[in-house]
Amino acid sequence: MRKKVIFRGALLPYLLLVPQMAVTLVFFFWPAGMAVWQSTLRQDAFGLRTEFVAFENFTDLFRDERYLGAVLNTAFFSAAVAGLALGAALFLAVQADKKIRGAGLYKTLLIWPYAVAPALAAVLWLFLFHPSIGLIGRGFTALGITWDYRVNGGQAMAMVILAAAWKQVSYNFIFFLAGLQSIPTSVLEAAAIDGARPMRRFWTVIFPLLSPTAFFLLVVNLVYAFFDTFGVIHALTQGGPGNATETLIYKVYVDGVQNLNLGSSAAQSVVLMVIVIALTAIQFRFIERRVHY
Amino acid sequence: MSATMDVEALAAASRRRRTRERILTHVALILGVCLFALPIWITLIGSTHEVDTIGRGDVPLLPGAEAVHNYATAWFRGGGSRNTFQVPASTMLFNSLMMALLIAVGKIAISFLSAFAVVFFAFPGRMIFFWMIFITLMLPVEVRIIPTFQVMTDLSLIDTMTGLTLPLIASATATLLFRQFFLTIPDEYVEAAKMDGAGPLRFLKDVVLPLSVTNLAALFVILFIYGWNQYLWPLLMVTDRSLETVIVGLTKMIGNGDAQNEWNVIMATAVLALLPPVGVVVFMQRWFIKGLTETEK
Repeated sequence: MRKKVIFRGALLPYLLLVPQMAVTLVFFFWPAGMAVWQSTLRQDAFGLRTEFVAFENFTDLFRDERYLGAVLNTAFFSAAVAGLALGAALFLAVQADKKIRGAGLYKTLLIWPYAVAPALAAVLWLFLFHPSIGLIGRGFTALGITWDYRVNGGQAMAMVILAAAWKQVSYNFIFFLAGLQSIPTSVLEAAAIDGARPMRRFWTVIFPLLSPTAFFLLVVNLVYAFFDTFGVIHALTQGGPGNATETLIYKVYVDGVQNLNLGSSAAQSVVLMVIVIALTAIQFRFIERRVHY
Repeated sequence: MSATMDVEALAAASRRRRTRERILTHVALILGVCLFALPIWITLIGSTHEVDTIGRGDVPLLPGAEAVHNYATAWFRGGGSRNTFQVPASTMLFNSLMMALLIAVGKIAISFLSAFAVVFFAFPGRMIFFWMIFITLMLPVEVRIIPTFQVMTDLSLIDTMTGLTLPLIASATATLLFRQFFLTIPDEYVEAAKMDGAGPLRFLKDVVLPLSVTNLAALFVILFIYGWNQYLWPLLMVTDRSLETVIVGLTKMIGNGDAQNEWNVIMATAVLALLPPVGVVVFMQRWFIKGLTETEK
């Protein structure tokens, strides 16, 4: 689509683009370029000498057991967050889509966690699960379960997954509900008249019609779990205990900001950039396809 | 005779089944709502109790009498006597508000202008500019932490409100949204404006801007929440306590989660940090949902 009638102007369009381009060049392209360049360099421990090492930072990375651990953590964490957040949201959206009294109120009460920052979501769950001040944390202790997410890696992972997924349910809920409401009633009535049971109707008629939404949400949820959950991990576990909850994004931060290992941190940034580019490409291919429907 | 009875019995059974289904639906939704509200409820209640009640682990379920004291402590002094981190919540909330407003308004302003240029003008390099903006989608701050930080040091923008907001105001999503919307403005409008002798800037101000009001509101809601909830960037950029934002400040108050923390004041601060973005979502719900489903991210 393109405008047929267009303004003429030699200078004005460029002037209008200046602010956006200035910010983009200085704060996006320049640092991204530096990340790529730094990923091929190595500094000595005192930052006195820098040498060009080509791909050595990358080969070191893929031999580093701690990095591979972070890869596994990220995979497990992301799959669990996306699965939980999508499953819970789909279930709630199906319920809220039914013709019941108070549907609008339920909707309002289910969407507000979207506004809670990931780090704040983590803090709220900390208040509940803290071993000595939390309601549920003390409940576990009372039941004879040794509960302390600050010591037990599995429990720490469960906590960060729960807090991260909790925050994302609202987003998915809004999209699933919009998807459900766009299914024509005639389709549902036809299935009902054919005598299909509600469960069967859901899996054979409704779910296939929702699958484009579900796929789009899956990609968004993975991006969220990869990149936006830094706050959850930083606020709750700081990647620990040990490295049990250290994800890729958290490790870039630790290596760059705390360990000041710039070459390795830059190489990790480049790996992450490749992942974002791949996920964004998938997302846009899908959106393009949906436009053609 | 028996046929009618069968029909009636069937109808009654179907009515019963529908009532049962309706009750199950309500139960499921109420459970969902409670699961979402539980952590907030506990926090809200905790913020009205004495510090020792929480420290002992007697988790209260009903409000206490210390609300005024706790919120006043959080607002004016912050942290509390047992915490090392003491910045008044009023300062942190003000910083967060400034950050959120500057990011939202800045993103909207520069994206509006660049989308206008790309849609309503023909000029060499138009598509190159468009793709350059588009590519920033793939470079979230999280993947270029260290180099961006170095740029900020070079420009000596560390510990400034400019440094906190400026790098975040480039926006591919907002530009894409405005572009999409501008393309739906009928060509006749441009033609009419040209015939009346109105220049592009006049057209921008008198035609495009008024038509965009709903889009602007929807986008503002989403971007305000985005700005308010920033975490990693303020964590890196701010060492000066008078510039601390509330979300980062809150996790600094908690530290390593020591049971001796002044939890009631921390909880009061958490409630204060929640109110602005949640209020925006609840009271501007229509625009919020429009903004969310149209920016798609």
